Amino acid sequence: MAAMTRRLLSICLLAIVILTGTAAIAAIEVQDFEDPALMQRYEDLTTRLRCPKCQNESIGASNSPIAADMRERVAALLRNGQSDRQIENAMVSRFGDYALYDPRLDARTWLLWGLPFGLLAIGAGVVAGFVLRRRRRDGRESASAVLDEHERRRLEALISRHDAGSHGRRNDGGAP
Amino acid sequence: MLIRTLPELGHFALILALAMAVLQAIVPLWGAATRRPLWMAFAQPMAWGQFLFLVFAYLSLTASFALDDFSVAYVANNSNSLLPWYYKLSAVWGSHEGSVLLWVLILSGWSFAVSLFSQRLPRDMLARVLGVMGWISSGFLLFILLTSNPFERLLPDVPTDGADLNPLLQDFGLIVHPPMLYMGYVGFSVVFAFAMAALLGGRLDAAWTRWARPWTNVAWAFLTMGIALGSWWAYYELGWGGWWFWDPVENASLLPWLAGTALIHSLAVTEKRGTFKNWTVLLAIFTFSLSLLGTFLVRSGVLSSVHAFANDPSRGTFILALLGVTVGLSLAIFALRAPRVQSLAGFGWLSRDSLLLINNIVLVVMTVTVLLGTIYPLLLDALGLGKISVGPPYFNALFVPLTALLCLFMGLGPLARWKRMPGRELARRLGGAAIVAMVVAAVLPLLYGGSFSLGVTLGLLLALWLALSLARDIVDKTRRGRLGGLKKLTLAYWGMVLGHLGLAVTIVGVAMVSHYNIERNVRLAPGQHVEVGGYQFAMTDFRERSGPNYTADTATIEVTRPGRASFTMQPEKRFYVASGMPMTDVALRPGLFSDLYVALGEKLDNGDWSLRIQLKPFVRWLWLGALMMAAGGILAVIDRRYRRVPRRSAAVRTHESIPPGAGARGDIS
Amino acid sequence: MTRRLLLLIPLLLFAALVVFLYRGLAKDPAARDSALLARDFPAFNLTTLDDPNRTLDRSLLKGQVTLVNVWGEWCPTCKQEMPQLLALADRGVRLVGVDYKDTRENGRQFLDEFGDPFEVSLFDPEGTLGFDLGVYGAPESFLVDAEGVIRYHHTGYITPQDVEDVILPEVNKWQP
Repeated sequence: MAAMTRRLLSICLLAIVILTGTAAIAAIEVQDFEDPALMQRYEDLTTRLRCPKCQNESIGASNSPIAADMRERVAALLRNGQSDRQIENAMVSRFGDYALYDPRLDARTWLLWGLPFGLLAIGAGVVAGFVLRRRRRDGRESASAVLDEHERRRLEALISRHDAGSHGRRNDGGAP
Repeated sequence: MLIRTLPELGHFALILALAMAVLQAIVPLWGAATRRPLWMAFAQPMAWGQFLFLVFAYLSLTASFALDDFSVAYVANNSNSLLPWYYKLSAVWGSHEGSVLLWVLILSGWSFAVSLFSQRLPRDMLARVLGVMGWISSGFLLFILLTSNPFERLLPDVPTDGADLNPLLQDFGLIVHPPMLYMGYVGFSVVFAFAMAALLGGRLDAAWTRWARPWTNVAWAFLTMGIALGSWWAYYELGWGGWWFWDPVENASLLPWLAGTALIHSLAVTEKRGTFKNWTVLLAIFTFSLSLLGTFLVRSGVLSSVHAFANDPSRGTFILALLGVTVGLSLAIFALRAPRVQSLAGFGWLSRDSLLLINNIVLVVMTVTVLLGTIYPLLLDALGLGKISVGPPYFNALFVPLTALLCLFMGLGPLARWKRMPGRELARRLGGAAIVAMVVAAVLPLLYGGSFSLGVTLGLLLALWLALSLARDIVDKTRRGRLGGLKKLTLAYWGMVLGHLGLAVTIVGVAMVSHYNIERNVRLAPGQHVEVGGYQFAMTDFRERSGPNYTADTATIEVTRPGRASFTMQPEKRFYVASGMPMTDVALRPGLFSDLYVALGEKLDNGDWSLRIQLKPFVRWLWLGALMMAAGGILAVIDRRYRRVPRRSAAVRTHESIPPGAGARGDIS
Repeated sequence: MTRRLLLLIPLLLFAALVVFLYRGLAKDPAARDSALLARDFPAFNLTTLDDPNRTLDRSLLKGQVTLVNVWGEWCPTCKQEMPQLLALADRGVRLVGVDYKDTRENGRQFLDEFGDPFEVSLFDPEGTLGFDLGVYGAPESFLVDAEGVIRYHHTGYITPQDVEDVILPEVNKWQP
């Protein structure tokens, strides 16, 4: 019984594999363009468009029938002289924004595109903050002429040696 | 007879390991809080016992695979009597349950290693570190026992044979990639535990960073190797010659790597300068959290990926709970216990401090970018805003400029001094490197590819800038004799050099293979030939053959190039009998400067076969660079500076007047 | 105090992330609404399965709520779906079939064998209409209102449960 169920299961799996092309067979087919620029655009577009049926593959990489249809349509539209944008629109109007690996900047995606730059700006602010704070403090310090660079370094060395030493004492009899 | 009960014994060992993990989680921490030496001393025996039982559990599952015990459901689903023995042994981690077992085994292995090599740590510190690791271990052991038991039996209907291991996984890659990756993922638990122990103990000084640095480096090196192996595996296994797809599962491994890279540098600053203390603790928490998050993303099915595990919602909920508790608790402890006092040490615009800060900022922005891109579709979906995809074009668009920024400052970093570095001196020492890098980067693509390419030029520029500035630093350091020649340069310094050079090598690989890749889909029949990129590919033979658990169509392609000896390549299309899955088996001719890559496609209407032929220049450099980075990480650990505390007697060292914390020497790694 | 609050930021961000991830767990990453919802049914000009000389266009779908079902003889789940479609036809729902990427002969044989719930089946051997509908696997069903606007999209096969719980309520909802 169990064997039977498993047999059925593997047949179903096989069907899924064949229908959706999730198995690792890269799409290999022969598309010919006279114009190398067109060929280049075809390759770019087929990596930018997502196969709607597959797990996570571009239509260029997927072997599923729908990806093959989409590739064919991309090639036909390219030969018709349509722009990349028009071709993307054609796919989006049928398969939704999901079909674009390169999400367009809109009200939903400004955070996606903007956050990295925002964080970089904040980061620049942090660096500036550190440096300027030191400048202010240095200004104060040199006014009162407490320690010069060399002296401060020595002081730090002494302090950390003291730290290390006190650790050492605490450590005595530490591990078994 | 005893052998028949191995799965039950393994299950029992898991339960015992859980009991020990729980004790390890509670008793030492309680002991540290109440200063009871005996309770603290509990940590080590528990860690050892836990490790022992997990090794036993792991071996009993392995034995079930080796003995073809298909009454064990996990074995029946992931093995087959025809499977070669080495895949049987690695099929243990070929699917969810067994790979979690490997995860926990490695975690307890790290605990064991910590308890072994950190005998000279303060007792309360060691107790807390192991206690924290006990918590993590308890969580994952509970996860296995409650949701993912690999020892479950199929009784009484024992199948006569197994369903076979997924053919995609029947490869050398399966043997090496997951263990390496998990060593890295899980290894970050050690630095996490050190950070938590420092927070709990209220001793957030530079000491914990010093103890944690070697562990972090080793984990990072493993993760680097793991990612590189994964990329290499995908490259030859999936049949279309890609080496990085920005797939959620790949991103899940890149996230802790990026954060871990930032952490390695930030640990260095904290150890040497005593600054960025809170930040380093936070990064340690983040790095391990991202490991856990990756585990969640891969195993819960919230994202669609080409390499995801089969999922089960209850598992997803459990890992999310685990993630929530671990990270939530640690961040709460951080918020409560992190010192309020800001470190006073300041630095100038151009200083090693500021450059390392910039390095950290850029790496964190990279991490956030990957995280954002990976989960953004999920966020929008959860808000009911529709389904979008975020894929390679997004990540490439952001990663190229961010990497450029990173490398720009990375070239300056090793030469800059702590606190302040006169810009004029830096310019004098590096001006030559910058000019040479620019000229060579502009000219080399013309010579190699015959045309100017912005991408290649940028890649070469960055790589040369890194390499030349390092070379300049080495020359300066040895020539001036201040440090007395090459011999005086520490291993840690060489580790840094190797790591940075590794990145340069990887960048060259990325730039070259992305822009000079030649790919041609052709149709061929036996007796025909085709010309691609100066090579002639002739199909001389086509036959069927049968392997141990598959049948295959094999093409023999003779490759010739004027003036060179010819050779043959044999791409295959396999059909795995037990699982009924077809697979392409790529024929590869690797070379340091170019790979030939031939994949067999479909049989076409007229009996021809379609073939994908690719020339992949410098693709090996990607992984070579990663290898160098990992080696750099390890080299830095071998530096005896780290072994001095446990191994060397103090007397040997007394001549060194300045303790390492003061950072008088120029190296950081 | 404000500094202590700053230290809480990571925890808050993380808590928000966990909430999102938890909500994501309940969602199926593969389930998507059609990009054509609330849009006109795409234009087509196809012959019927029965009669190669009879061509129809989208005026076919005006005036009445219609369930357009995309099927094919090659699709195993389509066979399992037929009883539900027949039940829907019995309940007075108007059904139009699209025989997708099929041969005329196979398509007719399929309806002979499993019953014909369709008022008419359009014959789409190249899959052009299917492509314009954004179909990436059969069976898929589209509910079109009396104005010819797509109102509901069902991917995968309609289970007996779906007939009562989903399809009939949707049909009633869009009755003029």
